[in-house]
Amino acid sequence: MPTTTGTKPPSTLGQKSFQWLDDRFHIKALVDYMSDKSVPRHGRSIWYYFGGISLFLFIVQVVTGILLLMYYRPGADSAYESVRFIVSEVSFGWLIRALHSWSANLMIFAVFIHMFSVYFEYSYRKPRELTWVSGIVLFGLALTFGFSGYLLPWNELAFFATRVGTGMAGAVPVIGENLLVIMRGGEEVTGATIGRFFGLHVAILPAIFTVVLTAHLVFIQRQGMSEPIDWTDKPESEKKYIKFFPNFLLRDLLVWLIVLNILAVLAVFLPDGIGLIHWPLGTKADPFAPPPPVIRPEWYFMFAFQALKFLPAHLFGLEGELVGIGAFTLGGLIWALAPFLNTKAHRGKPSTPFTLFGILVLLFMIGMTIAGYILE
Amino acid sequence: MRRLFYIVVLFALPLYPSVILGQRQSNCETCHFEVEEPEGPAHKFTRDVHFQKGLGCVDCHGGDESLDDMDLVRKVKGYRGIPGHLEVPEFCARCHSDAVYMRNHNPSLPTDQLEKYKTSVHGQRLFGRKDPKVANCVSCHSVHEIGDAKMPHSSTYPLNIPRTCARCHADSAYMAEYSIPTNQYAGFVASVHGHALLEKQDLGAPACNDCHGNHGAAPPGVTSLSAVCGNCHAFQAELFLQSPHEKGFAENNYPMCETCHSNHRIVPPGDTLIGTSEPALCVNCHSADDGTKGFATAEGMVTALGTLSSRRDSAAVILADARTKGMMTTDEDFRLQEVDQALIQARVLVHSFDLSKLAPKANEGLAKADTVRANSESLIDEYYFRRKGLGLATLFITIVAIGLYLKIRRLD
Repeated sequence: MPTTTGTKPPSTLGQKSFQWLDDRFHIKALVDYMSDKSVPRHGRSIWYYFGGISLFLFIVQVVTGILLLMYYRPGADSAYESVRFIVSEVSFGWLIRALHSWSANLMIFAVFIHMFSVYFEYSYRKPRELTWVSGIVLFGLALTFGFSGYLLPWNELAFFATRVGTGMAGAVPVIGENLLVIMRGGEEVTGATIGRFFGLHVAILPAIFTVVLTAHLVFIQRQGMSEPIDWTDKPESEKKYIKFFPNFLLRDLLVWLIVLNILAVLAVFLPDGIGLIHWPLGTKADPFAPPPPVIRPEWYFMFAFQALKFLPAHLFGLEGELVGIGAFTLGGLIWALAPFLNTKAHRGKPSTPFTLFGILVLLFMIGMTIAGYILE
Repeated sequence: MRRLFYIVVLFALPLYPSVILGQRQSNCETCHFEVEEPEGPAHKFTRDVHFQKGLGCVDCHGGDESLDDMDLVRKVKGYRGIPGHLEVPEFCARCHSDAVYMRNHNPSLPTDQLEKYKTSVHGQRLFGRKDPKVANCVSCHSVHEIGDAKMPHSSTYPLNIPRTCARCHADSAYMAEYSIPTNQYAGFVASVHGHALLEKQDLGAPACNDCHGNHGAAPPGVTSLSAVCGNCHAFQAELFLQSPHEKGFAENNYPMCETCHSNHRIVPPGDTLIGTSEPALCVNCHSADDGTKGFATAEGMVTALGTLSSRRDSAAVILADARTKGMMTTDEDFRLQEVDQALIQARVLVHSFDLSKLAPKANEGLAKADTVRANSESLIDEYYFRRKGLGLATLFITIVAIGLYLKIRRLD
């Protein structure tokens, strides 16, 4: 019997099954590959977990999203009614919706922490430039997931927030008008918009996201965990590691279980969210009703929303909103291209300008978000 | 050129207020503004609706406004001067009863005020007994500050009408010789109507004139009361007219709504008004052995409404509990509104004084209230079920997590 290992013959059922698969797919090679990997162990190791947490919450999103899909019916006449049916009639429907909403918010939060920790640790430096870029693409896709999912319950707040959000796209020069019509499926936010956002949310985004996420994870597997930048000149004897498989993976699992427990408690006790992170079903969207007094985007869009509100109507002879969108695009570009621009990190040295830029971005986001909730 | 313009504007300023309001300037104002006190008729007239519509002094008082000598003005043919108290209605009616003339100034205003006034108690006393104390046009509308009823400062604006009428009708000294009560205003202010009009400023609520008529003001008679109250409370009036009370009230000359609800001091209707014990009103006429079904009907009605009302309240308490526990209660909230609707309809059906009409509506409400209660209770059960389920799930996850932790420690 040809085996890849040629060691002692299998005895238990588990070993036999493994053997059967291994004969056909050479799994042992994969296990051996993973066993060779190790994770650096140091004072800031905690940040290594947030990528995994984001992944776990994404898996929760996929599972609960598929379950919601069983009952959700897009359309101006059915979307709101079907969500109401899900939370009031379907067994555990309330729980699935609560889990989907909570894990969406927690995922964005975990992604933010993951991104900033990678940025401040300079983990994007060579050879991980493309890992960083694929991460930025995933971040953008996650935000688009949030934006497209927000409209789907077709309630009052979602309707008006989507009208404001898509309206901002109309401010983009040259293509703005077309962009707005493409996003809304017409001049106004209507049932056609739900159709588009639904298609985006459950088909287009998941397809692209899966491809990019796979690439991101493969990159990480190929490259292993980044070592801190201050280890560059450290002698090997002073560096500490733990094995990725099974030691780090089990730790990851433990964190996932803790996150699952937090998620369950939140979903059961606060199915509609709490305070500023709140998604009550409320009343059905009515395009002819006056907008509610406070139209708020989700918290992770608040900084951009508030910053655009702060801008004057006209700036440097251009529309203020346009200048704002331009500035965000430029900032985002610098952010995405940081591994290519930051040559100092490339040489294994921390770079004060890039750290300062990161701190500035973080302070700007926090400040604008707070301002957005205080100034109403 | 610009300087010249400013000079012209500066010199034109004394022509205020007629320039500002675009009115014609006559010799009447030129003198009267000078000789009168600041609150004299000419000054007041600038706030008058007639002035704002472009009318001047001579349109009421006659004379020739181009003359600057008062003695000459008085000699002009058509000078009418100041009318006496008894002459005022005809004085105003010269224009206000002229349909052709009024069409040019205010086509929506009726021209039958004088005819109506003649039918009113005020008009009958003024023209019949030449009573100089009784109200004429200016008593309610004022003299030179007459406002449109749509203007909030006007004495005939709905919110101001009760005070306008009360100026005479609440003055016991002034009303002494007429031997009618003077507590109508006090009653109205305390009534459900007065509360809505004066406190909530609900312009749809009735003021004095909505029941009594304005120009044809008269106390509604026993037979016309159904028309007065039924104008707004149509369903109640219709039920009453088909009820056994209709005949009995007519025979005894009881005013139909007023007998139970009183006239000016109308208290908010409540279930305590009906029944067989104080303060219910049914027992004023009915007793257990009076040979009618009245006593039993009163007992049945109050029991039906009381049961529905209390079961509705207890269902609402449990529903609120379910809601505060974070359960989705939209369907039950709607159903509770239907219970409220049934309760309102049952309360209206009291006016049929027929238990066979009221009971089905009350039972319909009761069935819905019981459903709300049962569903709310199962929502609360569901809430506790969720907590128990969560407890088990977290316990399980925690055990696995601890196991994992121990495994990790052993591995390291």
